Amino acid sequence: MQFDMSSDQEFFRETTARFLSDRVPVAELRRLSEGGAGYDDDYWRQGAELGWTSLLVDEAHGGGSISGDGLADLALVAFEVGRHAAPGPLVSANVVASALGSAGGDAHAEVLAGLLDGSALATWASTERRPHDRLGDVALTVRADGDELVLDGVKRPVESADRAGHLLVTGRTGDGLTQVLVPTDAPGVSVRPLRGVDLTRRFAEVRFDAVRVPASAAVGEVGGAAEQVERQLQLALVLACCESVGALQSGFDMTVEYASDRYSFGRPLSSYQALKHRFADMKTWLEASHAITDAAVAAVSARSPQAAELASVAKAYVGDRGDELLHECVQLHGGIGVTFEHDIHLFLRRQTLNRTLHGTPAEHRQRVATFVERGATHEEDAA
Amino acid sequence: MSAAQIDEADEVEGVDAFRQRARAFVRDNLRRIEPGEVVGILRNDMTDEEELAEVEHDRKLQRMFFDAGLAGICVPREYGGQGLTPAHQRALNEELLGYEFAARMQSPTMSPCLAVLLDFGTEEQKRTHIPRILTGEEIWMQFLSEPSGGSDVAAALTTAVRDGDEWVLNGSKVWTTGAWWSDWALCLARTNWDVPKHRGLTVFILPLRREGVEVQRIALLNGFRDFCQEFLTDVRVPDTDRIGEVDDGWTVGTRWMFHERMLYNSPYVTAPPGQGHAGVGTRTILLAAREAGHLDDPQVRDLVGEARVLQLVGDALQERIKDGMTSGALSDQAAAIGRLYTGLAQARTTAIAYEVSGADGVVWGDDDGPLVDVGTDYLMRQISCIGGGTTEMARNVVSERVLGMPRERTLDRDVPFRDVPRSAS
Ligand SMILES: Cc1cc2nc3c(=O)[nH]c(=O)nc-3n(C[C@H](O)[C@H](O)[C@H](O)COP(=O)(O)OP(=O)(O)OC[C@H]3O[C@@H](n4cnc5c(N)ncnc54)[C@H](O)[C@@H]3O)c2cc1C
Repeated sequence: MQFDMSSDQEFFRETTARFLSDRVPVAELRRLSEGGAGYDDDYWRQGAELGWTSLLVDEAHGGGSISGDGLADLALVAFEVGRHAAPGPLVSANVVASALGSAGGDAHAEVLAGLLDGSALATWASTERRPHDRLGDVALTVRADGDELVLDGVKRPVESADRAGHLLVTGRTGDGLTQVLVPTDAPGVSVRPLRGVDLTRRFAEVRFDAVRVPASAAVGEVGGAAEQVERQLQLALVLACCESVGALQSGFDMTVEYASDRYSFGRPLSSYQALKHRFADMKTWLEASHAITDAAVAAVSARSPQAAELASVAKAYVGDRGDELLHECVQLHGGIGVTFEHDIHLFLRRQTLNRTLHGTPAEHRQRVATFVERGATHEEDAA
Repeated sequence: MSAAQIDEADEVEGVDAFRQRARAFVRDNLRRIEPGEVVGILRNDMTDEEELAEVEHDRKLQRMFFDAGLAGICVPREYGGQGLTPAHQRALNEELLGYEFAARMQSPTMSPCLAVLLDFGTEEQKRTHIPRILTGEEIWMQFLSEPSGGSDVAAALTTAVRDGDEWVLNGSKVWTTGAWWSDWALCLARTNWDVPKHRGLTVFILPLRREGVEVQRIALLNGFRDFCQEFLTDVRVPDTDRIGEVDDGWTVGTRWMFHERMLYNSPYVTAPPGQGHAGVGTRTILLAAREAGHLDDPQVRDLVGEARVLQLVGDALQERIKDGMTSGALSDQAAAIGRLYTGLAQARTTAIAYEVSGADGVVWGDDDGPLVDVGTDYLMRQISCIGGGTTEMARNVVSERVLGMPRERTLDRDVPFRDVPRSAS
């Protein structure tokens, strides 16, 4: 999380943090984990009232930011959500809000309004079932048929699909990409709930069997949405990293405290150099995760030419080191660290989930290699 | 000069105007560096004559920066600097990207040495040396490590004994890079053996071209011969060349090592961004992979990506640490986090280059292009985790000073240094 917050941002972050501590303390997370829903409706609506879904939408479309930099503000929310391992499809809902706010036009104003005030939910259906589960692979087709669009394919995992009224579906039309806002009750849409590692975040597989929607359901151009999809991916990546960094921060803080309270051989654990050195490494990974996430947020917000690369770098680094950090936290707790009773797994779960959604670290490293190659070619052309 | 003119001259130059001026200077005067021109880890590819010519060239470059009003950006004007801000320094550094710069003048001369002079030097010391550093006339070394140990810097054995207005120094220092072509050194020496180790040290300014200073070169495993060991035999230094109080050298030493850890983040260092990744970098790896014909291999692409990730994360981390230390959100000790990251990231990056080179990493011919010597670099891999204080010492600082964990028990704290057990020699 950045150091140079404005006082408004600090207040905003505080408010969100307080709300989360009140509404979803760990005891509540444990309760929510048992039900199917993962969170209560009024929790999400109150979050929306705090601004959770409005920050990437401009004022003309009913949104608004705290600081003028909506993504930086939302990064603070995502960090706190991660720090509390809190429920809710924050990343996915914001990706859709951003898309509808910028490319949705009037046709989708109502869905956007519902998203903004928390009365309705729309999430992003982007990734697919294996073997099309690789980063950027889109097999679902969107075909124009008269003044209708026809969707065929399977999306998975789709967050909160069971309670979303609409899904923003990314599909393929010939060589291009198309995005369509599809009501989940449209004929041919079937939602199959999945189980997953996170206690409160819920995902489903969604099938689209010859689903017909009017052409006006398209968000942006049919066959011309690649740039918009890339933008959405970048937003999803950096926001997921913010959440993860929050989770890492909690896990690390808990473990530092534990190491000073727990004694063996008459000394606190934190007095053993063998362990102190591991804490130093973890602290380095944590600070580096903060740093690269903030840098990526800033680049994506500014639409800088390096945004795509930095977003992937952040995802690769936080995904990789974050897992290592939290497993180290488990290790340093000893046996209690692998119990359900202890809270450390709440954060490990959140990190584990975010690490893999929208591309594994390895996939993002390979994407980064493409940027490196392109950069070298540019340099050689320039020389 | 009229009062109005003086006012105008004193007005601080804006960063944008400064950047324009810097850009013009850089473009008009400095040679462009071909991408990938500087590769490898401390490669031994120059004769002594060539090396000395390079040193002279760096001095000349430094003089050009000085004449253009671009030396000592954050150094007060009374010592020949520009009296500007770190933001100005950063602008200059950014403009240098892709151009030659006075590489041998930066570390350790500008930081930690000049920084320590500014912090603790007497007015006379500052007026004598700082302008000469800024014009390229003086290149400095840091004399900390000794054959008996470098991590435990405060256990220095080199001894200074007072003789009237002078001090007489005896002992040996080691691992100085380029002492054989340098002029001065900051030297940490023991002035009292009857008190605990931290309370018996004093810092001196030491001329290297002085009777009693013998500089010997050390060959590293790759044949690089710029590191030196110095033998001091009855070297006489006037008391006016003492820095800080007698026996209070640890106060100076603590700041000294802080400046050392700042490395390329120091506001006194003029170098294009990315010097932290000098040595084997993403570019070397890409070229090696391409030369090997394996750029399409997903495993190789993963490694190329990993190297780039380490680089960009390192850049972001250094920025964060710098911002955090400036605003007070992070303690000064947080520089050790950057040091630890950089050491490990460079070692890993070197390993990646070796990995993508396959068999050509261990056996090569002269026509193997970017694959030549990658294997030797790999043998030198750990250097980034040793030089400038080891990564273990950085981990001690991060855990004890940043995270506040209990200090290691030591056996030398309240004992006269004379009685502290030492390495067998
Ligand atoms: C590229 C390079 C440039 C250098 N430049 C300079 C220079 O300009 N001036 C200068 O004075 N020196 C310089 N050095 C020397 C460098 O600072 C020392 O090599 C370093 O501090 C380690 O000291 P040492 O070699 O004596 O190892 P030792 O101190 O003997 O350490 C040996 C091993 O024990 C570990 N160790 C020691 N104490 C502890 C502890 N308390 N806890 C855990 N582990 C410990 C170390 O990390 C290391 O792994 C340079 C070295 C290199 C490689």
